[in-house]
Amino acid sequence: MRGSKRSWIESKSFNQIFVSIILYIIVLAFSVLFIFPLFWMISTAFKPNEQIFAQPPIWIPKPPTLQNFSKAWNTLPFNQFLKNTVIITLSATLGILLSSSLVAFSFAYLEWPGRDIWFMVMLSTMMLPAQVTIIPLFIIFSKINWINTFKPLIIPAFFGGGPFYIFLLRQFFLTLPKELFDSAIIDGCSTLDIFVRIALPLIKPALSAVAIFSFMGHWNDFMGPLIYLRSTEKYTLALGINMFRGYEGITMWGELMAVSLVAAIPCLVIFFIAQKYFIQGITLTGLKG
Amino acid sequence: MRSSMKRRKALEGYLFASPWIAGFLLFTAGPMIASLALSFCKYDILTTLKWIGLENYRQLFSAQLFWTALYNTVYWVVFGVPLRLAMALLLALLMNRKLRGTPLFRTIFYVPSVVSGVALAMLWVWLFEPSVGLINTFLRMLGIANPPLWLGSEQWSKPALIIMSLWGVGGTMVIFLAGLQDIPEQLYEAAEIDGAGAWHKFRAITIPLLTPSIFFNLIMGIINSFQVFTQAYVMTRGGPLYSTYFYVLYIYDEGFQYMHMGYASALAWILLLIILTLTLIQFYFSRRWVVYERI
Repeated sequence: MRGSKRSWIESKSFNQIFVSIILYIIVLAFSVLFIFPLFWMISTAFKPNEQIFAQPPIWIPKPPTLQNFSKAWNTLPFNQFLKNTVIITLSATLGILLSSSLVAFSFAYLEWPGRDIWFMVMLSTMMLPAQVTIIPLFIIFSKINWINTFKPLIIPAFFGGGPFYIFLLRQFFLTLPKELFDSAIIDGCSTLDIFVRIALPLIKPALSAVAIFSFMGHWNDFMGPLIYLRSTEKYTLALGINMFRGYEGITMWGELMAVSLVAAIPCLVIFFIAQKYFIQGITLTGLKG
Repeated sequence: MRSSMKRRKALEGYLFASPWIAGFLLFTAGPMIASLALSFCKYDILTTLKWIGLENYRQLFSAQLFWTALYNTVYWVVFGVPLRLAMALLLALLMNRKLRGTPLFRTIFYVPSVVSGVALAMLWVWLFEPSVGLINTFLRMLGIANPPLWLGSEQWSKPALIIMSLWGVGGTMVIFLAGLQDIPEQLYEAAEIDGAGAWHKFRAITIPLLTPSIFFNLIMGIINSFQVFTQAYVMTRGGPLYSTYFYVLYIYDEGFQYMHMGYASALAWILLLIILTLTLIQFYFSRRWVVYERI
């Protein structure tokens, strides 16, 4: 593609160049629309109050200030919220990685009676609205005193981790040549050996995708913590931000954007580091079914 | 020998799958049966369970709020899902033109969907703020003297939430893009030799071969949209005047605010039946429009 600029110009008619320019304008316009809200969040988070309400709007805070962050942190225990969110997110993600890879391996490579039926059952649970099970689960968890603990948000993750992740890993397993595993069986490796030594290293990209999706899902989860966590010191960031908005009476936009930005940053950073796995994961679940 | 080997393999298979099987029984199948049973009962955790037959369902269908919540949710699905699919498809088509800088643009279109949940909701509350919010500031600059109150207005609250959701179509776009890239280039070349124009190629090649991706996104889009909750809870708490009071908000309030566990379970089962019916209908009709064979 590159290096052939001259022939590119020569081979294209004026019409095609015109079309390209129009397309660029459209793409750029959409890019501005898509990036602007984020830019505005960052800009507002670093603005002193009087600049937030300025008309016409001030795009870049001058000078940027951290006062919104310190004010928010003085109002509510955001460090505690952060810590809680990290604990829940990492524990649940660990559970999902461990259990979903085992189950996916079983669905992809092991042969057992009823496997395909169980697989169909698993797929069909994808369309099950969580609300159907959430009420009995809440009752059960309250009977065993799990309410206002992190347990309801973490422990279920160790039981397969949800159909989406199992499906994603299974699809990835199926792209690997079966002979890899067959030859290991001939060499006398046990199934567990094969899983740990051969399968897991090979599906690292897919595991990364699962880890990222799970991280973001739990980091941003709102309904789970809302239902199960009661006292402020147990709150996650999502609950804390929601509480913060009500707490302030009149809404302090700078402070609200500051805490929202802190909640968004880990997900943004992870996305930029691991973009490749991300896109791969989505593509794998969306199409090759 | 062979059969014991087979039995061992079967046992191993079950063993590896057992976390999910146990989880399915404990956290899905069991609770589902319990919730179906609960939907025929009156229960508030504190007092004892009381069987009331179909009373919850009878009450539910005569409750004004049930119909309001259902209407709002159907509105959200009917307008939101097609608009999001169209937006995602448009972006994917643009990305598939292989313009210079496409990876950068793809990232830009995807990034917003990384920000989700409460942070996203707060950002849009701020953008939609009627007097000093950015959106209305722009609209005034464009000469619109009285821009909508957005989240503060009964007419505009649902459209506002839909506009916001258009911003998060990155995942759908990526699925469409993968579908587009799977279409063999030769098909377009052959069509060009036959003298097909851009529009004709789009209608005769792109759309038919993209139907599996469209179908997948449509199914998932509808299932997820029926469960809309966080935005409405955080941004409007269902208001103003119940205009964003969605179905799951109703379930949440009945179940966890008023502790009407039986009634909330009945609501949840109606939602399940709606989603199930719609999904089955779509699978049934998909035979007529989804092209599965690869050329």
